[in-house]
Amino acid sequence: MIRRPLRPLARILSARARGENPDAIERENRRLRQEAQRDRARVLAEGRLLMLGVAFVVAFAAIGARMTVIATAEAAEPRAAASGDAIEASRADIVDRNGRVLATNLVTHALYAQPHQMVDPARAARALAAVLPDLDPAALLRQFTEPGRRFVWIKRRLSPEQMQAVHEIGEPGLLFGPRAMRLYPNGAEAAHVLGGAGFGREGVSAAEIRGTAGVERAWDAWLRDPANGAAPLVLSLDLGVQAAVREVLGAGMRLMNAKGASAVLMDAMSGEVAALVSLPDFDPNGRPSPLVEGDPSDSPLFNRAVQGVYELGSVSKVFTAAQALELGLVGPETRINTQGPLTWGRFRIRDFRNYGPHLSVTDVIVKSSNIGTARMAMQIGAERQQAFLRGLGLLDALPVELSEAPGARPLLPRQWSEIAMMTISYGHGLSISPLHLAAGYATMVNGGTRVSPTLLRRPGPARGERVVSEATSAIIRRMLRETVTRGTASLAEVQGYAVGGKTGTADKPRPGGGYYSDRVIATFAAVFPAHAPRYVLVVTLDEPMETSGREPRRTAGWTAVPVAAEVIRRAAPLLGLRPAVEPAAADALIRVRN
Amino acid sequence: MTEMVYGTVPVRGGEAVLPRWWRTVDKVTLGCILALFAIGILLGLAASPPLATRNGLTPFYYVQRQAFFGVLTVGVILAASMQTPAVLRRLGVVGFLAAFAALALLPAFGTDFGKGAVRWFSLGFASVQPSEFLKPLFVVLVAWLMAAAQEAGGPPGRLMSFMVALAVVALLALQPDFGQAALVLFAWAVMYFVAGAPVVLIVAIAGLAAAGGVLAYNASEHFARRIDGFLAPEIDPRTQLGYATNAIQEGGLFGVGVGEGQVKWSLPDAHTDFIIAVAAEEYGVVLVLAILALFATVAFRSLLRLRRERDPFTRLAGTGLTCILAAQAMINMGVAVRMLPAKGMTLPFVSYGGSSLIAMGLMVGMLLAFTRLRPQGEIGDALISRRG
Repeated sequence: MIRRPLRPLARILSARARGENPDAIERENRRLRQEAQRDRARVLAEGRLLMLGVAFVVAFAAIGARMTVIATAEAAEPRAAASGDAIEASRADIVDRNGRVLATNLVTHALYAQPHQMVDPARAARALAAVLPDLDPAALLRQFTEPGRRFVWIKRRLSPEQMQAVHEIGEPGLLFGPRAMRLYPNGAEAAHVLGGAGFGREGVSAAEIRGTAGVERAWDAWLRDPANGAAPLVLSLDLGVQAAVREVLGAGMRLMNAKGASAVLMDAMSGEVAALVSLPDFDPNGRPSPLVEGDPSDSPLFNRAVQGVYELGSVSKVFTAAQALELGLVGPETRINTQGPLTWGRFRIRDFRNYGPHLSVTDVIVKSSNIGTARMAMQIGAERQQAFLRGLGLLDALPVELSEAPGARPLLPRQWSEIAMMTISYGHGLSISPLHLAAGYATMVNGGTRVSPTLLRRPGPARGERVVSEATSAIIRRMLRETVTRGTASLAEVQGYAVGGKTGTADKPRPGGGYYSDRVIATFAAVFPAHAPRYVLVVTLDEPMETSGREPRRTAGWTAVPVAAEVIRRAAPLLGLRPAVEPAAADALIRVRN
Repeated sequence: MTEMVYGTVPVRGGEAVLPRWWRTVDKVTLGCILALFAIGILLGLAASPPLATRNGLTPFYYVQRQAFFGVLTVGVILAASMQTPAVLRRLGVVGFLAAFAALALLPAFGTDFGKGAVRWFSLGFASVQPSEFLKPLFVVLVAWLMAAAQEAGGPPGRLMSFMVALAVVALLALQPDFGQAALVLFAWAVMYFVAGAPVVLIVAIAGLAAAGGVLAYNASEHFARRIDGFLAPEIDPRTQLGYATNAIQEGGLFGVGVGEGQVKWSLPDAHTDFIIAVAAEEYGVVLVLAILALFATVAFRSLLRLRRERDPFTRLAGTGLTCILAAQAMINMGVAVRMLPAKGMTLPFVSYGGSSLIAMGLMVGMLLAFTRLRPQGEIGDALISRRG
């Protein structure tokens, strides 16, 4: 734009010539210029005001459109964004091998209060205390009337009767949230296997069930995984057998004045555990709290069959004999020097009785000679012994499906010395659990293939790697059978089931070092039927004392063996084993007719 | 000559005050404002009884109070809209000084009513929020300064007005009341825009703001989370926003029915900041759209009438007042539909609030005064292009 001069020279000059004041021209021009500027500003403002007006209308229209969209949108279920993923309350059932329920869920209700919705908090607190006597009405009232409080948990689980009674209070501020709880319909049967469950994350409308021990904890993720489509977890346990074993073992434990007992009944081929009992036990529906003082192994929660690692004594001799046979160092009839005592450095190894200068290998087992076993071990050597036991799985924690299993590692000597080798050969210096022992026996007698114990039902037969030969296994079976027919375990004879087995009586170690003289762990490891073993049974009694004789007897032959025999007598028919008909008895019948 | 004058009835030139007012005032805007106020009373009948019950008052205590203040407000509107722009300018500048002093004295004499921000003077029967009165008076002052800057040889009014705006914003931010501060800044920006801000400057500021936003989003995790939370589709239903959204959904197009709404029981601010949620729930989107249309009409009509205004001061002052009114309504409703981040701001004339209602009345009264028909150089206007 060309600026117009305020004082155009031509007009000034002509004005001067006319004698007028030239300032008037400047003033006039200045006025015109400002007017023009104002007009420009006004035109500009007109355009911008129009823009503003349109912008406001568009903005209001956008709000209106958005409002309409929200109002006509399909109402979604309101979900708290802060609460994260939803609580998965479903949990798979656990059943035994025949499909009988061991653990299931039951829908109960939790009770909570919203004090701001309450009509009469004082009456509600009184009525609640009447329905649920463990509640304190004063404390409830304090919670209900606390200013700003909008939520009070009152009880995590209500029975249907209690729920109805709370309904009848008629207080709108008392509300129920569904709460699935874990139920163990068989009570204390299989308590240690199942473990127990508690609540994890908790919301008003659901709570998460978490396994706290046993299979429930070891398989927690699987049980809670909705992808399994509510398929139950099938255990290898047989509920009927489990109940029989538990009953007999409990009676035996009282009879033998023992403070604890355990029994493991295992399929000798597959390693499936048909029954696993540890006494004293507990009811997983109301799991007791762990001991805070004293020995945790005295708690009913302690699983003696899996967590309890003991020096099990003479039952281990079978492993030494089997290795010596397998290595070809001895045959079943090889004579072993059992002249006692056997002195090694400052240690002396004695036998329970003096068995004379020589015993055959079979008799070393049948009569349970420490010296004979130690001499066999000396021929084997420490390294080969250790490798053999490791091959049997006796030196590592068991891979069984219990949350306690990885923590129950066998206790090994710090140094696998010659003397350690000799004591380990007859079961001292190496602490293993009864379940370890059962797996080891199953391996020995089933033809020689490795068995790893499991609590889950196996879909089909599975044979592990070979540990000893068929021939060795057969010899071992014969030895075990002879131990029952003419050896230390004579009380184990059960008509028709051809029980074989080996006793073990181990002095309990003192906490400070050394051994108690009057406290033992009595163990009997049995196989039946001995000629073609189907099952292995390990019965352990803690500090038993049989008092029918003149002196109290503590050896396994007098304590664990009769209990195990009774267990077999009860359990074998339940397991579907038919007793072998005794030909002699049949003959007798015929003779009577003559 | 003398006898001709003597004894005659003194007749004032021109028309009487009221007829002239009625002829020149923007009757549509006035009608819209009164309609908004009526809707406010109607909603107050539904939204305020829960609060009154909570405070142990008769159910319609707040409605009666609102009606009483409404009468006062109508008086203020009438009185203000009858003034000439020159009178309003004088009073406005003086009033601004007073309101600014009141705002500055808040930290010493104000109360926070337990809400964490010192914004009120308690007068016993009512509380006064100085910032509410400050807004229209601030607009008048800024319009005066900017208009003066357009005069040849005038003062540097734009710079001065910017300084004033910064001072007001600083005081408001101290309370803290970022909503009002943003509103004041927005009003100043719009007035500067209409007063002829260079296009280059506008583009540069917009670009800087966008770049700063992007930079802050990328650099600050906190800021990014706030924005993401605002943009996220799902809302926590236990927040005020969640209740409001739920209420809008419940209401649908035609509402759940008068008095049937539930949101007023759960929202503590149902009668003020979230009155629109009550409206949407009980009367449906139809009423919300009506409210929106009323505000849009007021804004658009006022701005159109101001286009014809020749006096820069009147034009700018009217623009500022319109913008504050419309922006406040927009923010309030934009928050309820989650188009804007949560910010407590009342919906003018509809929300409950005594002193704020009177301040709004002052604002609308002044706006009506500025948009009154005045003789403009209409023939001259037609010749602008030729003169240019």
